[in-house]
Amino acid sequence: MMSGDRKKRSSRLLFRNLSDTNLLTAITVAVFILMYLFAMIVLQRGYLKPQTFFNMLNENAALLILSCGMTLVMITGGIDISVGGVTALVSMSCAVYLDYHSGSVAGAALLAIGIGLAFGLVQGFLIAFLDIQPFIVTLAGMFFARGMTTIVNVKTFNVQHAGFLRLKETRIIVPFCGSYNKAGVYIDAYIETGVLIALLVTILLFLMLKRTRTGRDFYAVGGNRQSALMLGVNVRRTVFLSYLICGLLAGIGGFVYFMHVGSGSASHAAGAEMNAIASSIIGGTMLTGGVGNMIGTFFGVLSLALIQSIVSSFGLDQAWWTGITVAAMLCLFLIVQSVIVARRKRGSKQQNGSAGKGA
Amino acid sequence: MNTPSSAAAQDSLFTRLRRHQILIPLAALLLLALFNLIIDPSFFSISLRPNNEGVLLLSGNLISILDYGSELAILALGMTLVTAASGGQDISVGALIAISGSITLRILSGAQSDAMILPAFLITCAAAMLFGAFNGSLVAFFRIQPMIATLILFTAGRSVAAWINHNEQPFVSSERFPYFGGYLPGIPVPTPLFIALFCFLVTWLLLKFTNLGLYVQAVGINEKASRLNGLNPAWIKLSAFVLLGLCAGVAGFIKVSRTASINYSVIANNIEMDAILAVALGGNSLSGGKFNIGASVLGAYVIQFLTTTLFTLNVQSDSVSAYKAVVVIILVVCSAPTVREKLAALLKKRRAPKQAGQSA
Repeated sequence: MMSGDRKKRSSRLLFRNLSDTNLLTAITVAVFILMYLFAMIVLQRGYLKPQTFFNMLNENAALLILSCGMTLVMITGGIDISVGGVTALVSMSCAVYLDYHSGSVAGAALLAIGIGLAFGLVQGFLIAFLDIQPFIVTLAGMFFARGMTTIVNVKTFNVQHAGFLRLKETRIIVPFCGSYNKAGVYIDAYIETGVLIALLVTILLFLMLKRTRTGRDFYAVGGNRQSALMLGVNVRRTVFLSYLICGLLAGIGGFVYFMHVGSGSASHAAGAEMNAIASSIIGGTMLTGGVGNMIGTFFGVLSLALIQSIVSSFGLDQAWWTGITVAAMLCLFLIVQSVIVARRKRGSKQQNGSAGKGA
Repeated sequence: MNTPSSAAAQDSLFTRLRRHQILIPLAALLLLALFNLIIDPSFFSISLRPNNEGVLLLSGNLISILDYGSELAILALGMTLVTAASGGQDISVGALIAISGSITLRILSGAQSDAMILPAFLITCAAAMLFGAFNGSLVAFFRIQPMIATLILFTAGRSVAAWINHNEQPFVSSERFPYFGGYLPGIPVPTPLFIALFCFLVTWLLLKFTNLGLYVQAVGINEKASRLNGLNPAWIKLSAFVLLGLCAGVAGFIKVSRTASINYSVIANNIEMDAILAVALGGNSLSGGKFNIGASVLGAYVIQFLTTTLFTLNVQSDSVSAYKAVVVIILVVCSAPTVREKLAALLKKRRAPKQAGQSA
């Protein structure tokens, strides 16, 4: 009886949140497709080739993984701004490990995951069990990671490790998507290994959020912490888990980033945390928590990449235009979100005080 | 006759201080000072030394802390108000400083005379307040969380700053312009210190003699209740953001005055993080409500103290942040309510058996 009641109430709560999520996701997907069609019609050449699309994936595989972690944390109503720092630290550590200590690629991957998990563990513990504001904790995490990167090594250098270079150069050929170049030679379309990892991560997280109980706990905690607690959700454990997964994904994302650039530098992934947050928001995640989904994030990352690429193909290739257009897009999405949510709230007239401040 | 009452007053002062939120930054400051005293007592020496041009100036680590902490202190003033009113933080202040600096240099680079300095300052402040109003209206009217709303300007700010000057390095020939970031002729104390002091006094008077402080607290503690009491939370939030914009404008003016040049991607890098830390270190709740600007300003100087200390220990400028992070985490963990309660419970437990043993 008790559990049935609980299930019913939780499913009603979920239904409201998920419908918000689906609406915002749908907007993102529609905007992305419209933008791509626009680019195909107006700018033609490059955008008609599938490889342009795959290149966007290749460039942003790491960002996609980071954004997935960020989305998860944001669904629970938190934030993690250490992911960019962790990415830089992971790529620098792996570079030093491979070249100066002649390590193996598998060891480097383990190192990356270890660093990510360590950050996730400490930050998750401080936030979930000691009730410290997530912003402050992960801010310190970012400072620490950035500082540690320069302590590990100051200079920027390219990795020469043979095994790693082989992995870095691995291309996965996508069938039926190749194109002919000017000389009429057929060129296969390809993606990098990192893209596969990123897609795998996205799908796994999507399934976890949709299908498992733990996944639904994240929405419950983000939607309303108090009622989640009353529903019998272990709030602290759920919050802890979200930061742990985000840290782990930051480690994996760092390794994918490292596979893409093949070098270690203190200035790597500068501003990646903000890009990840922006992608999540464009993908329909709300910082108040309880709303968001991995498919949206996937299209958020791609939209961000697409707008940058469109702006530069219009000849506005000065560096500052990128920043300004991304910000304008973010602004637009935020205002649309805010208006939609306000209208829905007014429409449903359900004043249950769940619109509390973010933790 | 007087002694008992004064002892009682002292006692109450101590207990009052123990409850007061200024204790956290004060304790951190004392710890840092003690640390420096043990490592190297010469850290505190202040001397009157002539600079390259033979002008006598005060120099020493303490002076440089007060000098370079000015921008952070000014920002902390505005950040405290924004934090208290909106329960969120503005992460665009660094970008706003870049924009303000860029505007100042743009105006001054065309002008030959010193007469343009005041208009340049005023225009910079007005522009910075406009950007502040942009952030504020997103927060107040569109109800977007402050951190996310200011993420927009954070992303665009440095690009806008570069755009204003076409990514070039403007040349400023004014002789008086460096006074604001350096020294006034005949005064051996750096000018930014005076500006920071002035800003603090103005804010303090503003809070003392108007209801702004009370309203900000009311909105931060409970927005609904404050609306029911006849306040307009949206306008109060907006004014807090406009004030922070003004603070960032002044800070940007000082910042470019120091070197009469600007590096768009580096200027005031990570200062938003330091400003938020200053507020947190000042013992203000980051989720809004009660605030104390004095504690925030002290927190800002503590952060500058820490940075200077690390530099004197020959820590590389890039690695400073790692040590800073460790200190911050320790501070935050120690001041976390959960940890405090646990510690208090632990102390009680320890004391309880002792007392039991004594009584038996």
